[in-house]
Amino acid sequence: MARKTILPFGPQHPVLPEPVHLDLVVEDEHVIEAIPQIGFVHRGLEKLVETRDYNQFVYIAERVCGICSFGHGYGYASATEKLLGLEIPRRAQYLRAILEELSRIHSHLLWLGLLADAFGFESLFNHCWRLRETILDIFQRTCGARIILSIVIVGGMAHDIDDSELKAICEKLDTLKRDYREIVDTMMNDSSVKSRLCGVGYISFEDAMELSMVGPFAKASGIEHDMRTTGFDAYGDLDHFEPIISNECDCYGRCKVRCAEVYQSIDIIKELVAKIPHDGIGKKPGPKVLPPDGGQSHVLIEQPRGEAFYYVRGNGTKNIERFRMRTPTSQNLAGMVRALQGVEVADVPMIILTIDPCISCTER
Amino acid sequence: MGYSSKSPWLIHYDGSSCNGCDIEVLDSMMPLYDIERFGIINTGNPKHADIFLVTGSVNHQNINVVKEIYDQMLEPKVVVACGICACTGGVFRDCYNVIGGVDKAIPVDVYAPGCAVRPETIIDAVLKAVDILDEKAKKMKAEKGRG
Repeated sequence: MARKTILPFGPQHPVLPEPVHLDLVVEDEHVIEAIPQIGFVHRGLEKLVETRDYNQFVYIAERVCGICSFGHGYGYASATEKLLGLEIPRRAQYLRAILEELSRIHSHLLWLGLLADAFGFESLFNHCWRLRETILDIFQRTCGARIILSIVIVGGMAHDIDDSELKAICEKLDTLKRDYREIVDTMMNDSSVKSRLCGVGYISFEDAMELSMVGPFAKASGIEHDMRTTGFDAYGDLDHFEPIISNECDCYGRCKVRCAEVYQSIDIIKELVAKIPHDGIGKKPGPKVLPPDGGQSHVLIEQPRGEAFYYVRGNGTKNIERFRMRTPTSQNLAGMVRALQGVEVADVPMIILTIDPCISCTER
Repeated sequence: MGYSSKSPWLIHYDGSSCNGCDIEVLDSMMPLYDIERFGIINTGNPKHADIFLVTGSVNHQNINVVKEIYDQMLEPKVVVACGICACTGGVFRDCYNVIGGVDKAIPVDVYAPGCAVRPETIIDAVLKAVDILDEKAKKMKAEKGRG
């Protein structure tokens, strides 16, 4: 009978760009149980909303997470606009959707690189991050920053992206698509990659439902759950949108879903650029516009990692009384712990990475 | 950067950063910025590392982790605070769980500001750290000679 030992994993670990601590209870090389410990990145920024003007807080909301930073600004701004009863122009909504999809591409490329690094495919890691620079260049050109874009304001967009620039984005995405296809085809058909990913970290459809998982993690277990199907903002104008799902339920399936989502995002951006209206980008509400006392609102948007929820409550002053968000990773952590039960120690980094954890979103 | 007598290895730890600086730190090692052309390698083991890159501020949960990693590194060692949160606490300095910049936990040699810090700044800061590392090594050697 093998002896049970506890193997600490993290918070400082080579495969983890972010700190999370797991106590892996192992028997020989098998993980019996994984006990997560979080809180290393907790800053308590939701409370800052009480001390900031609602227009200023959008910049704090963006700094919840550096990978999906645009999405958090977008979510907060949408929720606040709903609270204030502001109608924002269609063009601003389109631009937000375009930037959200660009963020998705950059997040998935980043994730693919980190996954490749976790199983020792160093050259693929470098290639993915090289491709990601295309998106960062677009951000630099259109928003003036690489990571924290600060282009969303309550009431619309801080500045416009003109049509010639949008056309240039589409051309760059064509090149990206060609290079990306080369990388993904090589990777997904590689036998050594398959042997590391297929059948690892199995989560059945029932388990995924029970643990209320979201995003690509749930889609890889066959759940058709994508907030974009609700047609919020500009997504309602898409001719056809269907979430990408896979029934493989393992690490390979999650990889496949994310790889296919990049192509889908490129198609969405092209469609939106072709349809974009010219009705202005909106402006900051005047100083007289205050959130109503006791008024509350929420929005749900689809982040690269899944459904994200934003809630705001006003109290009649320029500060918002309560801001609450629920991020996709906090939903998926339970699934990750379930997926870790019974696997080999060598597979642990892969399983952790295929849920694409974003700890700073989770802990805020 | 002058002549460096060794190829410094670096270790990265994410304090309570928003990830923005972390991905820029990783990005500076990738093909476009390629900090590895200076003979620098990213390592996960504190005992192998000469330069400690910290992103994000320290909080009550991670202050001991930061100190522990610093203590495990062998002398001479240099600490680089990457990003404004690591320098002073940045926009989060008013948060209830944030103690402040990394210098509240360990001595910092180079401050690299920015939100998120740009890869060019990181390269600059690391090269400065290499010079400081050399100086520290020389000083240690001189002290050893005297003793």
